[in-house]
Amino acid sequence: MAVASSLKVLTSDKSKHKLNGSTKGKQLSAWEIVKISRHPQRPVFQDYLHSVFTDFVELHGDRYYGDDKAIVGGFATIGGIKVMIIGHNKGKNTEQHVERNFGMAKPEGYRKALRLMKLAQRFNLPVVTIIDTPGAFPGLEAEERGQAESIAKNITEMAALEVPVISLVIGEGGSGGALGIGVGDKIIMLSNAIYSVISPEGCASILWRDAKFAPDAAQALNLTAERLLHHEVIDEIIKEPGEGAHTDYEKIADAVKKSLVKNLKTLSAIPVDILLDKRFQKYSAMGKFAGF
Amino acid sequence: MAWYSKAITEKKQQIKSLWVRCKKCQSHIWQEEWHNNLNVCPHCNYHGSITAYERINLIFDEGTFNELFASISPVDSLGFNDLKGSYKDKIEANKKKSGISEAVITGEGKINGIRAVAAVMDFRFLGGSLGSGTGEKILQAANFAFEQEIPYIVFSASGGARMQEGVLSLMQMAKTCAGVARLNKKDIPFISVLTNPTTGGVTASYAMMGDLNISEPGAVIGFAGRRVIEQTIGEKLPDDFQTAEYLLEHGFIDSIVTRKDMKKYLSQVLSYYNR
Repeated sequence: MAVASSLKVLTSDKSKHKLNGSTKGKQLSAWEIVKISRHPQRPVFQDYLHSVFTDFVELHGDRYYGDDKAIVGGFATIGGIKVMIIGHNKGKNTEQHVERNFGMAKPEGYRKALRLMKLAQRFNLPVVTIIDTPGAFPGLEAEERGQAESIAKNITEMAALEVPVISLVIGEGGSGGALGIGVGDKIIMLSNAIYSVISPEGCASILWRDAKFAPDAAQALNLTAERLLHHEVIDEIIKEPGEGAHTDYEKIADAVKKSLVKNLKTLSAIPVDILLDKRFQKYSAMGKFAGF
Repeated sequence: MAWYSKAITEKKQQIKSLWVRCKKCQSHIWQEEWHNNLNVCPHCNYHGSITAYERINLIFDEGTFNELFASISPVDSLGFNDLKGSYKDKIEANKKKSGISEAVITGEGKINGIRAVAAVMDFRFLGGSLGSGTGEKILQAANFAFEQEIPYIVFSASGGARMQEGVLSLMQMAKTCAGVARLNKKDIPFISVLTNPTTGGVTASYAMMGDLNISEPGAVIGFAGRRVIEQTIGEKLPDDFQTAEYLLEHGFIDSIVTRKDMKKYLSQVLSYYNR
């Protein structure tokens, strides 16, 4: 289901993604934002890699099974700061989408990401993760090789990683597949990115018994950057230019670079024991409940 | 006629309440026999669901379990409404139905004389889903184990993250794992017992992170739903796919332990903790 729907979203006719009238200045619905976050012209990992970072040295493989192209990582430099960059890469066209499995990683992708994070710790480099995935790949081999275990391990290890971690959601933050590289000291979202526990289509087909209620589910799920900042799940929103990041690659690259450099400088100044304590407190405070 | 059909319905319900039908082999078992056998089918060894308190009684020495963090309960922080109504109403209905206020019961006690902290999930409460209150209790119990320096055991029974809390529920995966990470750092044992079913976000967080991962026979354990995978790959999956036996074979769990042996097994492995 996930593959089929992503394929449709990513390769369908451009006009389908055109929103009614200008979106400038008017409040977009959650569903309109979902559509922008999946826009076929929206910049993806490789765009930011070239526009925001320099001197990229790609590192391959999880050392157990293979090299998952849905997650890309390596050394890179941003504004003079050396970092480890890791991100989902959906690719730009049908051929790349297929090659990179639409950014849906398998266990070997998450294990490669963890290997690079551990390497970053050894090299004392901050980690920047770029999130853009419909979700972790729901396939037989992925389950067989421990999809759940690989994500769980990353989440647990990231909570205690002894270098600063910044996560930036540039498009789709698809559930556990996103969180598997998304635990950090600063969580940043582009203004038209989404982050959700389940896709609006998946939620609608379960709770509304019909995927066509996806716009209602999108609204109910509070998956937009603005709502997530309100619920204190994320720390910062990067405002997208014009009608979305796809309308001005240069402007969004500038804004992303500015934010990342600022946050890297702030986080690098914090002693690691304090950083880890703050990270633990940050995640301890997530969620709302009664009676304690 | 009305009294007649009503009498039949009542009689049918009476008969139904005397018998339990095994979900696996379909045989009918006397309610009493089913219960005495710890909700396990005497014919096919199918492990039926049990409540959190029933499990606590099976695992902990009599009178030693002290419940902690019992006052925590869910709130409808998103104002979530779907076709069947509001999450707020669902919370109340589930509280009433189950008599508990979250999908997990937490506390400490002794297992054959060994002190341990436990979080025991209860599938009756919103399908054991992981909400903010659930995550909070699991983290608080981990923190209690961390401070007291005693082993932590989580019994999972869950469909995954609680959709009605949106990303707040997803973040409970990170929150609970942050607690597990602290236990790891202090070398405090964490044992995960995966019972039927343990799926989605619960499997992809603390449930897979045990120093020992244990399961009951036949338990369904997986990440993505069976139907979603079948649609993705376009073929039918093997019958044993995502069962405890399948996970044992693929190296993700240490052992499959029957319900009646679980207490003995846990105290046995904990007796090796030499710190």
